Amino acid sequence: MADQKNILDLYFLDARARLIDIAAFMDRVDRANGETDFRYDAFREALKALESGQADRAERVLLEFSDPSEEPIPKATVKAACGACLNTDNA
Amino acid sequence: MRYIEPHGHMVSRTTDDYRAMAMAGCQAVCEPAFWAGFDRSSAQGFYDYFCQLTQHEPRRASMFGLPHYTWLCINPKESEDIALAQEVLTIIPEFMESPNVLGIGEIGLNKNSRNEMTVLEKHVDLARDNDQLILVHTPHLEDKRKGTRLILDVLKSDSRIRPERCIIDHVEEHTVKMVLDDGFWAGMTLYPETKCTANRAIDILEVYGDERIWMNSACDWGVSVPLAVPQAAQEMKRRGNDAQYIDKVVYQNPIEFMSQSSRFTIPEGL
Repeated sequence: MADQKNILDLYFLDARARLIDIAAFMDRVDRANGETDFRYDAFREALKALESGQADRAERVLLEFSDPSEEPIPKATVKAACGACLNTDNA
Repeated sequence: MRYIEPHGHMVSRTTDDYRAMAMAGCQAVCEPAFWAGFDRSSAQGFYDYFCQLTQHEPRRASMFGLPHYTWLCINPKESEDIALAQEVLTIIPEFMESPNVLGIGEIGLNKNSRNEMTVLEKHVDLARDNDQLILVHTPHLEDKRKGTRLILDVLKSDSRIRPERCIIDHVEEHTVKMVLDDGFWAGMTLYPETKCTANRAIDILEVYGDERIWMNSACDWGVSVPLAVPQAAQEMKRRGNDAQYIDKVVYQNPIEFMSQSSRFTIPEGL
C-alpha cells in the first residue's frame, strides 16, 4: 500500500478542488433566496463526519444520508431517490 | 489489458461504445434486464425486450468480437404493479434456455416497498427452482442501506439459495461489509454521481480485499461511462497496483463468478 506522502502526491490537488467546490456550493446556497430543506440539513450533518478522526469517514457520510428505518414502506409512490432521507433526526 | 464488463445495459448504447470497449480490451459483456426509463405498458413489451437481449444484442456485440451474456427479470422500478410483474414472470422461463442467459437479474428493490419485496421473492423462487445465478440491484442513495439489508434477509431466509451464486450489485462503503460477511459476491458500480467513483472502489478493495468482488460500469441511457472499468484499472495502476492484481479484479473475478453458469465460456483472452 502507498505511503501517506504518495497519496497526497496523487490526490491532494483533486481533493483540494473538491473541497473548494463544496465551500462554493454552501456559499451559493447562502446567497440564494428562500429556505433550505432536509437535504441541506443532512449535508451539514454529514460534514461533521469528516472530523471523526477515524478511517471510516466515507461510510459515516453515507449513513448520515441513509434511511434509518428497517421495515418496507406500504407503497412506492415515486421511483427516484433524492439523496437524503426526510424521516431522520435531521429532518 | 483485458477486462470483462459484467454489467452494461448495451441496448441503450451505440455501436461506437462496443467498438471503444473492444479496443480497450473488453473480452465479454454481460447485460442484466433493467428499466427502460419509462414503464412498459404490457408484458408484451417485456417479451420484445427479452427477444432483444437474447437474440439481437448478441449479434450486435459479435460484430466487435464480443461475447454477449444476459440476465432476465422485471426490474424493481416496475415491481409496484404486482399483476404486471406476475405476467412477466410467466414469460421468463421461455427465455431461460437461450444460450446467452446467465441467470435472473437485476432483481432487487428500488424504494423498498412491500410490493417490491413480493416481486423480489418471486424472482428468487424462480431462480432457485431453475438453478439460476442471481444478480441483485440494490436501491439508490438514501434507500440503499435499508434495501440491501432487506434483500440479504430475503436471500438468507431460503436455505436453498447459495450466497456464492448471488452477486449483490452497487455496493458502497456502508453496504459492502454486510454483503461480503454473509458470503455473497459484491459488485461496485462506477457511476459519476450516484454510486462509486474509481478511487472509492479502489479504496474498498484495499479495505475489504479482492475476493468475491468486481467492478462494472452499469452504462445505460443515463449519465454513465462505458469505459469506466478500464479507466478504473488505469487508476489502480497509477496507485501502484501490479498487473496481476488488476487482472484479478477486472477479469478473473467476473469469470470466477459467471463460470458458475454452464453457459458462460471463458474468453480466450489476450
